[in-house]
Amino acid sequence: MSAMTMTRQQPTTDAAQSPAATERLTLARAINRGLRAAMEADPSVMLMGEDIGALGGVFRVTDGLLDDFGDSRVVDTPLAESGIVGTAIGLALRGYRPVCEIQFDGFVFPAFDQITTQLAKMHYRSRGRLTLPVVIRIPYGGGIGAVEHHSESPEVLFAHTAGLRVVTPATAADAFTMIQEAIASPDPVIFFEPKGRYWDKGDVPVGRPYGSTAGGLDTAQVVRAGTDLTLVAYGPTVATALKAAETAAAEGTSIEVVDLRAISPLDTATVAESVRRTGRCVVVHEAPVLYGAGAEVAARITEACFYHLSAPVLRVGGFHTPYPVARVEHDYLPSVDRVLDAVDRAIAF
Amino acid sequence: MNEPDLVQLLTPDGERVDHPDYSPRVQHLDAAALRGLYRDMLLMRRFDTEATALQRQGELGLFAPALGQEAAQVGSARALAPQDFVFPAYREHGVVQVRGVDMVDVLRLFRGVDHGGWDPTEHNVHSYTLVIGSQTLHATGYAMGVQRDGLVGTGDPDRDTAVVTYFGDGATSQGDTNEALVFAAVNNAPLVLFCQNNQWAISEPTSRQTAVPIADRGKGFGVPGVRVDGNDVLACYAVTAEALERARSGGGPTLIEAYTYRMGAHTTSDDPSRYRTSAEEEHWRRRDPIDRLRAYLEARGELSEEYVAELAREADALGVRLRDAVHAMDAPASSSMFDDVYATPHGVVADERAWFTEYEASLTAPVAGRGHGETR
Repeated sequence: MSAMTMTRQQPTTDAAQSPAATERLTLARAINRGLRAAMEADPSVMLMGEDIGALGGVFRVTDGLLDDFGDSRVVDTPLAESGIVGTAIGLALRGYRPVCEIQFDGFVFPAFDQITTQLAKMHYRSRGRLTLPVVIRIPYGGGIGAVEHHSESPEVLFAHTAGLRVVTPATAADAFTMIQEAIASPDPVIFFEPKGRYWDKGDVPVGRPYGSTAGGLDTAQVVRAGTDLTLVAYGPTVATALKAAETAAAEGTSIEVVDLRAISPLDTATVAESVRRTGRCVVVHEAPVLYGAGAEVAARITEACFYHLSAPVLRVGGFHTPYPVARVEHDYLPSVDRVLDAVDRAIAF
Repeated sequence: MNEPDLVQLLTPDGERVDHPDYSPRVQHLDAAALRGLYRDMLLMRRFDTEATALQRQGELGLFAPALGQEAAQVGSARALAPQDFVFPAYREHGVVQVRGVDMVDVLRLFRGVDHGGWDPTEHNVHSYTLVIGSQTLHATGYAMGVQRDGLVGTGDPDRDTAVVTYFGDGATSQGDTNEALVFAAVNNAPLVLFCQNNQWAISEPTSRQTAVPIADRGKGFGVPGVRVDGNDVLACYAVTAEALERARSGGGPTLIEAYTYRMGAHTTSDDPSRYRTSAEEEHWRRRDPIDRLRAYLEARGELSEEYVAELAREADALGVRLRDAVHAMDAPASSSMFDDVYATPHGVVADERAWFTEYEASLTAPVAGRGHGETR
């Protein structure tokens, strides 16, 4: 314990700002600010992960937090993902709210057992007597020219496991509010961060107090209104979908874009409400199409809106291959052109 | 290979032997306390016998007997303080019993009416963990929480807190157990890693799990290791007491290897005759942990006929209570499968529960219920 410091310095941000205050921040910085807000508001919140202390994380998401909160709350862990999640479970049982960082998507698998057999099921196993407020942050997705295991999208592997909430922000504003909502949630949350969008900037409601309800962790949002087709996306592909909608608009096609925000639970109602108006639906994600989130959306939309559909629900996503080498990843990822190709096919059906 | 010293205070014949480091740890145990350990072990064995019989009668789906491991479990658990926290594997019936859990609750899991069975916060003992070794990391994290709560090294014996995790020889091969040793060591966590080496991981002997004595493996992690005679309740008490004191005072984790024997099958589904000899079983039967304490107490005239008779009545009463309670354990309502999946509402679970409820009702309703989905 002697090596631990329980430093509680004043925040470096202006805490007196009005609740309506916004700042223009990158998505990565917005998560940093969200983590800081949660740690300031709740002393049981702590961060665990590899290189998250002095280095501030390989993406600098935890930059500066070690200095301000000390090494008992910002813990550089041994290099062992199962150990990170397993000890986080124990800390949660003792009353802490650990936020674990998995360095890259492809490195989560050593922790897959602890996440799916223990973290996801302990509330159920205990008949609700125990709660596991653990957040697991995973930078995911491609487009950054990385080596193997650094560009994957394993979100449905977790969404398939009951007991976990699986969410992913697409914007800096959502990143700021959703990370705080994830930390405040009594349920374990797998928080997928679109690493290819880490440096995208947006207006962030930094004045919103921790604990206030924002968009929630279980609702999709219509982020662009349209009448001819519904594009469903999440995380890194929301920006792609919006660009596609912009291009289509110039050609006279009106596209509505829905940001799912949550993969589990899946907000079918918001998507179905949109599709009942547009009659067409295309789902876009980086993960492989086979058994992907798009398959689930397609099945549920078919069940919910069968008589409103003018075309089958189409999917645009990764192929049934391992994530390819960086020099060809642009052809693996769902590009604006591939999204528009699917839009054209749906409209021509 | 050089076998490590086996800490022993009571020989298989029930003779008390001295150990320079550990004898002082049991000096305060008077005859009544020793009879208490005897009672704990006897009741644990009765629980084992009753549960095995209930499985054979079809009342339990499965049972994992702990026959032969009474000293390791009772001795270690009796060294704990109320504020300490235990993370067991799934064969720690004696530990759970000593902690005060109603033994009826232990059978809910094996009856198939509950995945857990008791409130872990009530007696500071976590529910059984079936994935081998997983609980060692939970215990380590819990111990890291105890550190953050400032409950290590305060000098107040009623506040200083340790965490104990139980696991078997098979679990020492798991990554999680090794990661627990790493995390506990670098964090100097107040943790006792109590390995019951019962010689068999289902059909695989310990030689398939480790090339060196398990106790010796602590050294590589910077964790002191000790091998104790796991069929000697006094020695198990003593080494655990020492390890707990080290943990509570800020001295960090300890790895204990309790060298014992699983006298029964792995579970009621197992057939040990396929992989081990009756000669081996007989060898260990002569080292029965209950026999040796009985011999010791009898030789000292500390086991009166009245006490033995009273204990027999208590064991019989436990048997009756277990049988009656298990017979009365009805299956929960099927719809309860949707309870407590999440702590806060989850749309998919809510929809599926609603559908299932409607479907169930349709099976008994006079007019068949409407299917779900979009209607024209």
